[in-house]
Amino acid sequence: MSSTNPEVQQKMPSKKGFELFDFLYKYGTIITILALIVIFSITNPAFMDGTNIVNILRSISIVTIIAVGITISLSVDGFDLSVGSTVSLTNAVVISMFVWFSQNIFVALLAAIGAALVVGAFNSFMIVKVRIPDMLMTLATMFIIQGIALTYTKGATVSQNMVMPDGTFSTGSIPEVFSKIGQVPWIIIIMIVVVLIVHIFLNYTKHGRYMYVIGGNKEAARLSGIPVNKYKITAYLMSATFAAIGGIVLASRVMTAEINSGAPYLMDAVAAAFIGSSVLGAGKPNAFGTFVGAVLIGILQNGLVMMSVPYYAMDIVKGTVLALALALTYYKKK
Amino acid sequence: MTTVLEMKNISIEFPGVKALNDVSFSTTTGSIHALIGANGAGKSTLMKVLSGAYHHYTGEIYIDGKQVSIRSPKDAQNLGIQIVYQEVDTALIPYLTVGENIMLNETVNDMSKKQFISWKHIHEKATAILESIHVNISSKTLVSELTLAEKQMVIIARSLVKQCKFLILDEPTAPLSHSETNELFRIVRDLKVRNVGIIFISHRLPELFEICDDITVMKNGEFVCKEKIAETSQNRVVEYMLGEKLEEQFPKDQVEIGSTVLEVKGLYDTGMIKNFDMHAGAGEIVGIAGLVGAGKSELCKALFGAAKVTAGEIKIHGKKVKIKDPSQAVKQGLAFVPEERRKEGILVQESVAANLTAASLGKFSKVLSFLDFRKEKEVSSQMISSLGIKTPSQETRVQNLSGGNQQKVAIGKWLIADAEVYIFDEPTKGVDVGAKKDIFELISQLAKRGKSIIYASCEFSEILGITDRVYVVYDGQVAKELDTNTTNEEELLFYSTGGK
Repeated sequence: MSSTNPEVQQKMPSKKGFELFDFLYKYGTIITILALIVIFSITNPAFMDGTNIVNILRSISIVTIIAVGITISLSVDGFDLSVGSTVSLTNAVVISMFVWFSQNIFVALLAAIGAALVVGAFNSFMIVKVRIPDMLMTLATMFIIQGIALTYTKGATVSQNMVMPDGTFSTGSIPEVFSKIGQVPWIIIIMIVVVLIVHIFLNYTKHGRYMYVIGGNKEAARLSGIPVNKYKITAYLMSATFAAIGGIVLASRVMTAEINSGAPYLMDAVAAAFIGSSVLGAGKPNAFGTFVGAVLIGILQNGLVMMSVPYYAMDIVKGTVLALALALTYYKKK
Repeated sequence: MTTVLEMKNISIEFPGVKALNDVSFSTTTGSIHALIGANGAGKSTLMKVLSGAYHHYTGEIYIDGKQVSIRSPKDAQNLGIQIVYQEVDTALIPYLTVGENIMLNETVNDMSKKQFISWKHIHEKATAILESIHVNISSKTLVSELTLAEKQMVIIARSLVKQCKFLILDEPTAPLSHSETNELFRIVRDLKVRNVGIIFISHRLPELFEICDDITVMKNGEFVCKEKIAETSQNRVVEYMLGEKLEEQFPKDQVEIGSTVLEVKGLYDTGMIKNFDMHAGAGEIVGIAGLVGAGKSELCKALFGAAKVTAGEIKIHGKKVKIKDPSQAVKQGLAFVPEERRKEGILVQESVAANLTAASLGKFSKVLSFLDFRKEKEVSSQMISSLGIKTPSQETRVQNLSGGNQQKVAIGKWLIADAEVYIFDEPTKGVDVGAKKDIFELISQLAKRGKSIIYASCEFSEILGITDRVYVVYDGQVAKELDTNTTNEEELLFYSTGGK
């Protein structure tokens, strides 16, 4: 086409200062990761050890899986805040299936995913049909599910040979196979597979394109004949499913169900998804970017621990990183 | 004591358009002055100048022969000039009470050092003002509980808090029912008696002739004439509004009109559209003519399932269909190019290619819904060249294109989807002349291929140029069905302003 058309050209931003910001927007996250790696390697040579790298990947895998779910909800311009509680719930369900009810692994996994889908269905019903704003509704769901998980476990940590309310010991055991899920290499493989599947889903299938279209302009999507509600429902079911996978992996990793075990993952996952929106200038939530965001957070956390920063100060750093990522996203939007 | 307001030689330019060209306007207190003109004539712009919404105009404004400077809304208010815009909801705060809304300006501007609000004072004063115009609304009601007409009255009451010499009403009756309109007129007459000068913008001629004393006609940003209502007639005003006819080139070919494709009977939506009957044949371009606010967009949306239909039936090829939402409409072979392009038609953040395929991605997916990017690229580049969309590449984001090219993208989307019935709602709005012609050509070609076209527009010259048959819409109803060949702009305007 006529690329010399002045009408088109004059609208292309061409100022120098703007380009610098664009550069930072696109490559800022990756540059930060590289810079952190260099800094941490210099201060502590053990940082670049093979075992430490595996360590980092293992530590981010649960966050990444959950964050990918949030990414899907963000892609339709929604926001699923209830994933943290869903992780707690599925963690409790899967462990209790083994310990309390002596069920086999399939029943346990299906029960966990089923429970998550109920949460997703509840979210999507309230958002799509009752029209409660996404963030507010999932905030409410977050509390509800947190409470349900606590009630279900009666406020106790579920583990093998635990004392039951009637004074006896639980008899069920967690199968050996299940414990593999949370161990290297499987935990990392599951993460990579999840990222790949969602990346392909969002970028290479019709459904992913529809979701981005809905996220970009809901009204235009509707008037193009896209069933907006159907896709919003799908998005929340998917984000709940990935939260369930996160919960299952977490269960396998710790082999118990602690109270509110999923809560700490929520903010990390939200941060990863938002950092991910700007990676390589995507400008929209995407699975690969979310992975990069999780890597950034993982490296920060690992490196800071190695530098003996106390764990209780970690949230300051992570919160700041999230604020910076949001600043980048929203400053760009102006 | 009568105050005289004069605007002399007002001109204003916006990027690319001369919106007002040397316009003069004058009125006095104690009279109701109608301001009329076709869409884009500059009525609203002129009144915005008077109310201080623009500061970059040229020309002078005099009150009682003394030159005044109006460059901000505050200047205008200090001179006693108040305006009630058409969109009442933007001017009111829904979760505050009527009283607080009426007294808003005082609360914001005249509190100076006072920190505490005197509720008693607010409600007493607001109630007094409401009573003075005999409006029966409690000052303690929340604005969110009011009807549209009541909100309008609250705004009018608000403009009376300060001295009000001139009150501008910008199409106040457009959203009102008949009885609500009468109530408004009572207030307007009241204010006239109280020596307020009312400037009344409306498209509805019968109304203006019912209530106004003088009338000023504008056209294409210029002053046409000022007359006494008593000494003129509706037909004469219509003639003034049209002036000499603009000869435009429409690439309309004669097309044999086939069997009926779309048939609509007794269609109602949730308020605007009433008992709407229409039909369209294969290869036929059916015009929906009407002024802004007549219900054209509402009709288009109802047909496309984008707005709720409460009664009536739609038949396609003689078969009754149920269209609950747009995705069903698309399956039934309908396509819709909406009026609000940026808001409803295109995805500004997405590439041209993604926009063009958004309505028909099914055609571009392989097994397991994987997208066929090669085919998408092929088809979209074909569409870009056949529509003459000026874009550096198909990967360019649509927000970087001009209005005309964006519109071509919005239309191109439906050409790829290949529908049976194409609904266009003001497709030439905000589009430059060149692109306009391209769009007409496109529509004409669609008709040639045997598609049914529904073309809604308030630009009567376009309706006359491109359609085969016209439904004139007034107040959500078919006012008249006309054959394009035997009608003219005057007749269209007559029926669309409520003439019978």
